[in-house]
Parts: sequence; structure tokens; C-alpha cells
Amino acid sequence: MAHVLLRHRDIPDLNKLSVYKKNGGFAAFKNAVTKMKPNEVTDVVKNSGLRGRGGAGFPTGMKWSFIDNKNWPHYVVANADESEPGTFKDREIMESNPFQFLEGLAIASYAVGATVAYVYLRGEFWQVAAFLDEKIAEMEEAGYLGDNLFGKDYSLKIFTHLGAGAYICGEETALLESLEGKRGQPRVRPPFPPAVGLYGKPTIINNVETFTNVPMILANGADWYKSMGTADSAGVKIFSLSGRVRKPGNYELPFGTTFRQLIYENGMGIQEGRPIKAIMPAGASSSMIVVDEKVLDTPMDYASVRTVGADLGSASVIVLDDTVDMDWVINKTIHFFKHESCGKCTTCREGNHWMRNLTERIHHGKGSSEDVTLLLNVAKQMQGKCLCALGEFSTMAVVTSIERFPEDFKKAVKA
Amino acid sequence: MSLDKKYSKEIKQILAKYPPEHKRSAVMPLLYLAQREEGYVNKEAMKDIARILDITETDVASIIGFYTLYHDKKAGKYRMQVCTDLPCALRGADEFLDKLCENLGVKVGETTEDGLVTLESVMCLAACDRAPMFQTQGPDGIKYHEYMTVDRTMELVEALKGGKE
Repeated sequence: MAHVLLRHRDIPDLNKLSVYKKNGGFAAFKNAVTKMKPNEVTDVVKNSGLRGRGGAGFPTGMKWSFIDNKNWPHYVVANADESEPGTFKDREIMESNPFQFLEGLAIASYAVGATVAYVYLRGEFWQVAAFLDEKIAEMEEAGYLGDNLFGKDYSLKIFTHLGAGAYICGEETALLESLEGKRGQPRVRPPFPPAVGLYGKPTIINNVETFTNVPMILANGADWYKSMGTADSAGVKIFSLSGRVRKPGNYELPFGTTFRQLIYENGMGIQEGRPIKAIMPAGASSSMIVVDEKVLDTPMDYASVRTVGADLGSASVIVLDDTVDMDWVINKTIHFFKHESCGKCTTCREGNHWMRNLTERIHHGKGSSEDVTLLLNVAKQMQGKCLCALGEFSTMAVVTSIERFPEDFKKAVKA
Repeated sequence: MSLDKKYSKEIKQILAKYPPEHKRSAVMPLLYLAQREEGYVNKEAMKDIARILDITETDVASIIGFYTLYHDKKAGKYRMQVCTDLPCALRGADEFLDKLCENLGVKVGETTEDGLVTLESVMCLAACDRAPMFQTQGPDGIKYHEYMTVDRTMELVEALKGGKE
């Protein structure tokens, strides 16, 4: 099947403007601006069933329809802060299919009446940002950005903004703080960004992959999009596959594809043919799925993954084989979360500090079974008490590793 | 020379991205400018940024402290930042970093004797399928180096000595 998002894999040089145009590029944006009312654009996206690809899976069209039309100006921001361990899809889109992403961002801006849009990239994507700046300049030159687009009363500018190394800025209100020139710490919600966002103005924030779907949905229709995937999870998704597989990488597949197909057909199976011990379907934030034949045949969509004890999130599938010890895994993930905790809420700041002390001790054979109990206790106490989702995420692997792989911890404290 | 004199054209371009009443948004790009030459933000530049954006020096310092890619101390000309997070570690990143330490004769966080490379261990760089990997942060910005081996890294270090990345 031809790719919808990773179209550059089918069409060489798609990151050149002439090639993108030749392949239908910007026709959807032009059609929207010249022939559709903004709310009609939102309706198409709503009807397509597209859900946010950053991890939360919130219905995109519904989010757009929440924009407060009594407060102006409006902004649209692309979240290109891709920082979840295990996620590496947005970078490929921006490097290889940048115009489709930018066209989606432009269409979204038109749909909500924004005349300025920002792309917030993680600071490490320095080269990607420079590349996008070139592509934006080419769009301006060609009349796809600027004043009175397509002879209509609609103007749009897109700017890139580089972060500087902070996982928390992937959280949308922390991202807005950062874009305003402050420390990237989440805001108390509500109000949500479609009511009070950037500079206090209504703002729509979506992930890069989400925007990249939009031109194809407008070009081919909501029904076409819904014909792919499952009833609860429409369309296609880029699965970032990593860990102990033979062929890690990004794979664009319809929702509902099984773990087995992703890991054994796309990823060519496990190194040295070893058995799989666990799957983390949502990166370091994920719960641990204990793998058996039934799990491998589980379709990867939002609802089905939940039935095997995890969330699909951003579909960053990390595969662990039988050589991996779970005390080592959570020592790694907690090292990450302790470092990345923004420090604003006590729960996450202190909780991760103490979890790190415990995972270090346990992993290095200096812990006791009481330490494991205490670690589980701390993690569970944190749940439901963090200011943002990222604090909650830090506890997922800890709780599910201890509960689902108790043998690993017995071994670690005995060793 | 003050930052706004030295980079007047670039600063103007940066400020044009944001609404004039919200020029504080420019603090992050200005910090990248400020550390371009020396690899860290010195006190003078911090003052300049505060003045240009009408914010306090404490505000500027708090941004430097919060984000890992800003530095307030001098290090090697290039910071070699190896990702050792879970997905990279599953593909040998820890062993790779250990061997780099041996080959460069430094511990993590230290700088080579010639002042060329500071070796660091960092959080996920979104290149999990191309590990072992690292980025270099230097005078020309940030560059990714993927599917790395110790041999290829040492070749890169030699090239950096000659001023080429």
C-alpha cells in the first residue's frame, strides 16, 4: 500500500517543492482557502476520525472546534519537541516530507483563523530547523505563505522556534511557556490552550504527524481516511520500532496491525532469534506488556492495546528480549524522568528523586525486598497527584515492572 | 562588543518572529547566539540579553539553568553528547560510551587535554533506531552522528582537530 505520511518512501525527492507540487502538493490548501469556509475544513477533519498523534489521541477536529472565536488573534503551534525515548518519527517527516507537514499546518491555521503559526522543535533538531526554514522560504516565494493567499483575504506566516533540551516542553502548556521565553513548566489546566494559549490567546497545538495527515484527508475525503484503521482508531500511524529487533525504524501501518506483524514482518524479528520478554508500546512512559502469543496477535489501536495492559500513546514500540532485566530497565527510565522532571510540582520532583535512589540501589544489588515494596509504594502514591501527564508517565514502567515481573526484582535484591 | 552590536542583523530577524509586545520569546534564540563563539553564555552577554528584551538577568539565568543545551561554563570546543537512554542502551550505547572514555582518556563529563572534546552522556535524542549515536554541540551548532562505532568516532575527533566536522 502506498504511504500516506511517509510518502517520500514512494516518491523520490518529495522534499523538493517542484516534486511535491507535481504530486498534488498544496492543492488541498488552495482548495480550502478558495472554496471552503474554515468550519467546513474542521468538519472534514472531525469526520475523518483523526486523533492526535503525539500520544494522547484526542480527536483533532474536536480540538479545533474548541477554539474561542470571541478572543483574537489565534495561533497554531506544531509540537515538534519529539523527546520520548523510543520516538523518532517526526524528524523523518520533517526531513523527508516537510511540505506535507507544513501544508497541514497551514490548513489547520486557516481552519481556526490563525495568521501566525509556530513550529516548536526540540533544540537538538538544529539541522532540521534550518532545513524547515529553507522550505518555509520556498513556500513564501511560491505564494503559499504570505499575504492574501490565492487572492483571498487570508494571510499566514510560519516561524520555527528551537527549544533547548527539555522533555517537558512536549507537554503542550510547558511548550507554550517555553515559546513565551520562560522556563518550560506546565500550566494548571483548565483553561486549555484553545481558550487560553500562546500569549493568553486561543491556540491549537498538534503533533507533527497529526498535521501531516491533514492534506491527504482534505484531498481524499474523510471516508477514505476512515476506511483505513479500525472503528476507534481511524487511519494510519507511524510506529517507531526500537530495542532488540533486527530492523528498527519507522513503519507506517494502518491502526489495527498486530504487534506480531510489526515486530516479525517489519522489524524482521528479534536479534539472535531470542524470545520477547516485554513490549513498551508508548516509549519510556509505557506500561510493560508481558508478551505471550495472544499479545502478539493483539491489534495495535487505542482500545485493543488497553486490553493487554498499556496505552498505545505515540506508538513508540520498544521491544525487550529475555536477556533484559526489568530492574535495569526502570533504573534507565527513572534516570531519564528524574533528569527531565521540570521541578514545578512536588510529586514529580521529589518522587522521581526518591525512585531514582531506590532503583539505583536495587539494580546494583544493594537493595532489599523492602526497597522494592517502598519503590512500588512511592510510584503508586505519585499517581493521580502530578501536575501534568509526564509526572504520571514516570510511574508507569515502575509499577508494571514490579507487578508483572516480580521474579526480576527478587533476583536483583538477592544478588 | 555588545551582543546587539555584534549580531544586529540576526537579532532583528529573530525579533521579527514574535509580536513586539512579547519579545521575551526571543530569549532562547538569543542565548544560542550568545554561546556561539565560546560555547557558553558569559556574564556580559547575559546582561545584554536582559537589556534587549526588557527582562531581568535573573530571568535570563533561570532559562540557562533550566535547559540543558545552554551552558554558563566553558567546556571543550565540541561537546560530544552520547545518548544512553533505554532504546540506545538496548543497542549497546553504554558499552560504546565506556570505550569512548578509554579511547579519549577521559571520564564522562571531562574534557580532553587539548580542550577539543567534552564527553557527555545525555537523554534521548530521538534517533533510537540508529544507535549508538551522539550529537556534537560546537561553534557551528548541533550535528547528529548516527550508527557510530568507536573507530568512526575517533576519525571524527581527528577531523575536528583539523577544524572540520
